[in-house]
Amino acid sequence: MSELVLKLDGIAKLFGDFRALDGVHMEIERGSIHAILGENGAGKTTLMNILFGLYQPEEGEISLNGKVTKILSPRIAMEMGIGMIHQHFMLVDTLTVAENVALGLPDQGAKLDLGRIVKRLAELSEEYQFDIDPHEEVWKLPIGMRQRVEILKVLFRDADIIILDEPTSVLAPNEISNFLDGMARLRAAGKTVIFITHKLDEVEAIADNVTIMQHGKVSAEVRVAESDAREMARLMVGRDIVHDVVDRGDQKPGDIVLKASGLRARDNRGIEALKGVSLEIRAGEVLGIAGVDGNGQAELSEVITGLLDPEAGTITVDGEDITHKSVYARRHTHHVSYVPEDRHHTGLVLDFSIAQNSMLRDFRIPPFSRKGVINTSKVREKAKDWVDRYDVRMRNIDQHVRFLSGGNQQKLIFAREVECDPRVLVVMQPCKGLDVGAIEAVQRTVMAERANCKAVLYISTELEHIMTVADRIAVMCAGEITGILTPDEVTDERIGALMGGIKEEGVA
Amino acid sequence: MDFLLDAQAMTDFLSTSLRLSIPIIFAAVGGVISERSGVFNIALEGCILGGAFGAAVGAYLTGTPFGGLFFGLAVASFAGIILAALAVGLAINQLVAGIAINILMIGLTSYLARLILGADATSTLPGFSPIAIPLLSSIPILGKVLFTQDLLTYLMYLLVPLTWWVIYRTPWGLNLRAIGDYPVAADSAGISVSRVRLYAVLISCAMAGLGGCYLVLSQVFVFTENMSAGKGFIALAALILGRWNPIGALLACLFFGMSDALQLRLQFGSPDVPYQLFSMVPYIASFLALVIFAGKVRPPAAIGIKYERGGK
Amino acid sequence: MLTAIRYFYLLRPIWAVLIALFVGSGLILIAGVSPITAYVELFKGAFLDYWGLAGTLVKTSPILLAGLAVILPLRAGLLNIGAEGQIYMGGLFSAMAALLLPEMSALILVPICVLAGALGGGLWGLIPGYLKAYHGMNEVILTILLNFIAINIVSYVAGGPMMQEGAPYPYSEEIRQELWLPWIMNGTDAHAGVIVGVALAMVMFFVLKYSTIGFALDTIGKNATAAQYAGVPVKPYIVGVMFAAGALGGLAGTFEVLGLKYRLYHHFSPGYGFDGIVVAFLASVNPLIAPIAAFFLSGLKAGALVMQRAVGLESTVIEAIQGLVIIFVAASLGFKYNATKWSQFLLRRRKLDAEVGDTFAKTPKGDE
Repeated sequence: MSELVLKLDGIAKLFGDFRALDGVHMEIERGSIHAILGENGAGKTTLMNILFGLYQPEEGEISLNGKVTKILSPRIAMEMGIGMIHQHFMLVDTLTVAENVALGLPDQGAKLDLGRIVKRLAELSEEYQFDIDPHEEVWKLPIGMRQRVEILKVLFRDADIIILDEPTSVLAPNEISNFLDGMARLRAAGKTVIFITHKLDEVEAIADNVTIMQHGKVSAEVRVAESDAREMARLMVGRDIVHDVVDRGDQKPGDIVLKASGLRARDNRGIEALKGVSLEIRAGEVLGIAGVDGNGQAELSEVITGLLDPEAGTITVDGEDITHKSVYARRHTHHVSYVPEDRHHTGLVLDFSIAQNSMLRDFRIPPFSRKGVINTSKVREKAKDWVDRYDVRMRNIDQHVRFLSGGNQQKLIFAREVECDPRVLVVMQPCKGLDVGAIEAVQRTVMAERANCKAVLYISTELEHIMTVADRIAVMCAGEITGILTPDEVTDERIGALMGGIKEEGVA
Repeated sequence: MDFLLDAQAMTDFLSTSLRLSIPIIFAAVGGVISERSGVFNIALEGCILGGAFGAAVGAYLTGTPFGGLFFGLAVASFAGIILAALAVGLAINQLVAGIAINILMIGLTSYLARLILGADATSTLPGFSPIAIPLLSSIPILGKVLFTQDLLTYLMYLLVPLTWWVIYRTPWGLNLRAIGDYPVAADSAGISVSRVRLYAVLISCAMAGLGGCYLVLSQVFVFTENMSAGKGFIALAALILGRWNPIGALLACLFFGMSDALQLRLQFGSPDVPYQLFSMVPYIASFLALVIFAGKVRPPAAIGIKYERGGK
Repeated sequence: MLTAIRYFYLLRPIWAVLIALFVGSGLILIAGVSPITAYVELFKGAFLDYWGLAGTLVKTSPILLAGLAVILPLRAGLLNIGAEGQIYMGGLFSAMAALLLPEMSALILVPICVLAGALGGGLWGLIPGYLKAYHGMNEVILTILLNFIAINIVSYVAGGPMMQEGAPYPYSEEIRQELWLPWIMNGTDAHAGVIVGVALAMVMFFVLKYSTIGFALDTIGKNATAAQYAGVPVKPYIVGVMFAAGALGGLAGTFEVLGLKYRLYHHFSPGYGFDGIVVAFLASVNPLIAPIAAFFLSGLKAGALVMQRAVGLESTVIEAIQGLVIIFVAASLGFKYNATKWSQFLLRRRKLDAEVGDTFAKTPKGDE
């Protein structure tokens, strides 16, 4: 057994009364790739923030190279040779690679000496086969390359231990293998790599050891060679992952309500995000859209709800063409409702009260207003009614929505979007950041709409959630639908392939 | 347009163009520093006025233009401290802070100037006279224009390339540029965002103050209420057109100075045409230039946005 | 207790004014005058004297309307610095209507002149509004430049094409007396413009609070993305609100011409547009409070001349104090009431007090 470069003993972290980490024990071997596996909320990022000096543990000790130490700040962590690469890169787009590496370098004097930096970067790039031009401006680089710039940044500062937070969540499927090769090269050079993930296949592909976490505790520490994906999944979630198919009763979907053909659209950077998407949803049916975040789902929801203009293609609701209709027309004439991904910046006005947010959608029509004058008492009546029926926990309806919990905010949005009796309900990442109780409430609402013969488009990155509610599941990758299956046809390999971009036959 | 043929007239024209652009150059180049760090500086106008006031009072009280220079910088820096306290410290809306300072400066300088200068308000103040640089000033036309100017003009010759060098060739300038575009990156690299912005705002206001000093100590040698007359806003337009780059801002200012000189020449040439049609030209030019070009340039990405350390 | 703290925060503009007056007294002292005397003369002259009050009301008309011209777009998140230019264009258009249109009954012509003035100001607000909504340009610098252009246009017209024959200064012919606005205080210059201003302030309050348009504007101001998501046509609203704001500024200029000066003078506004900005923030962007804030600010200005005559203090000190007011009001914007933080603080204090109380209760008195 090789020597330990890092050892954590009994680490605990408290936020108020909440124990985010409890009795965490971890041993990391020098020159290994160590994965930290766990679901959302398992405590992985908190642990990393401790290793990187952003947080201090309340209990326990950390040993670096056999010596007990305190990592008091990110700067000190870097001096100790620990480098962190965040999920959202700390890179300034308009500066060059060399300039980004130079940012914050100690002992620089009055003159910026990029020459020395460029030289060393070229050396490092060569050594690890990263293929980076130090003079290139970062905005020109693809995401995979930007990640390598971040790695170069810490290597430049002589990092021995490199921590990565969900490194593949931002990469395109074709960039992932490049990334894994890079990891292997770092290990070959004697560096220690720690990476946080929730993806079993990556752990299997490249990690030597894995620490599996659940609810702030370590549930297991295994050598990858001695285990397999199924066992690791079980240790991560605490039960065998069996895709239960929920009994949905004998509901036959009705006529086609929403139909989209050949949608093409560009995102706000001008890059093609939808490359010819076609789908149809019937009354009383839930169509789930699965896929890794960033493959065009956001653009799809925006095109359908009217927030983004498509370059090509058509959308019809009940046979009527709505492709270029305004948001207002879609909402009120064609009865399209939308629960957006971003509760805070899109779905709600945080500094408005609950009552005001309730009328956000329909404030221009009765009963909320008549001939341009708002009927305040009616607004409050409705808001109180919704708050009761949807179990929104609050102090009073004049409270600013900012102070509600995420789950209650989401319930309010659902109430608003569903009470107006829509024909089509588009729901995007509805369970993000919600606890189990709120997630159940969301899913119950969606199933109720389905029972009411609405057409529901349910977009999510959490396959499990989709499985619970969807009648059919379409998988998106790189702006196209790669395949459509029913829940009982879902297997890990099939879904993984579709999400990875391998199209199935019979798909437009 | 006969001056194009006459060397003397040409020299006069270019010289006037340069002299009219100098106060704007100081303000615009100063403004670049602040805006590159992500802080709007609408208070350039107030700082020019403050600098002019300080220069007048300083020269009056000490009897030398250097006293004026010192006081002018002091007053402008004072305005800069208030702007930094409001816009960076309290993090209120930067545009509101800038406008508040402009209103404050107009009020304070009008009152205090009357109080301090009193009856002597119209008498000529000691100023900087032109100094010819040996050899260089003998170059035909350009020598007269560029090298027979006063001390503050020569100071500007130094400050503009110095500013460029600081922004692009020093670590502090790198921090500045990073903070203006993506302050999170700078913060995670251990750089204090508010400290850099504080200095940027201070330097920016001080430089605009130099523009005001020039107006009083090198151009008109007297202080009149509200004498900045919108130059601070033209400087803003210039810095936008110059794409937030000191050299670009310099060129834009020279353009505005030249159009101002042209306007004066035309006015003298046609005394029957009402002067307002001419004096509108710089503002119309700025407005049109902004409308036509500003859509195509992008300011520093983080400008105007309050920086808060968010995240986990 | 929490409510008391909340009210303390709500009254921030008042604290700001008091601090400004306090610092201002320092400025008065430098001139060798007693601040108390100066302020007393100021307030007497502005509010307690019949003629002084009239003078205050005269100024309230343009300053209130300019304040409304800033408040309305500010609710939608737009900073209208162009009120000054809008005032000038309003004055120009209304003067042109009054002097150049054929003779008509005053009942028809006065409304036409008022509408013309509103239109002129509205156009001057429309330009930056359109550029902001459809081209994303910053309305602040555009409106500032437009101010200068407007002042120059009016200066040119008043000193050129419309100038009265043989006039010593640039001003136009006098407008017929039938078109003059009615007076509201006998024997003074105070005219009906201020009443229109107050009425419009109340209308604006109702519109913003109870109408769908007001709700839409507030939504745009607080979260433009959510407004778009809610189906509000954001861009047309921005253009519309800037036009309306410009129209209000135009009215300010119109009433100066039709109600006070009866001519188009070349520099007829001594910066009322900027006073409007001060009023907007002093009134916490609330149209109902705007008349009070405008009245107060006008009083300061009108009283300044009385004060100058009474104690020999330069009236420009009021401009300095006004500057201080806006600085302190701006600073007060940085202190926001956070109910959660305060209630937590109070809870901790109560716990601490309870613990200390317990300790005393447990230690028997007089023992040992």
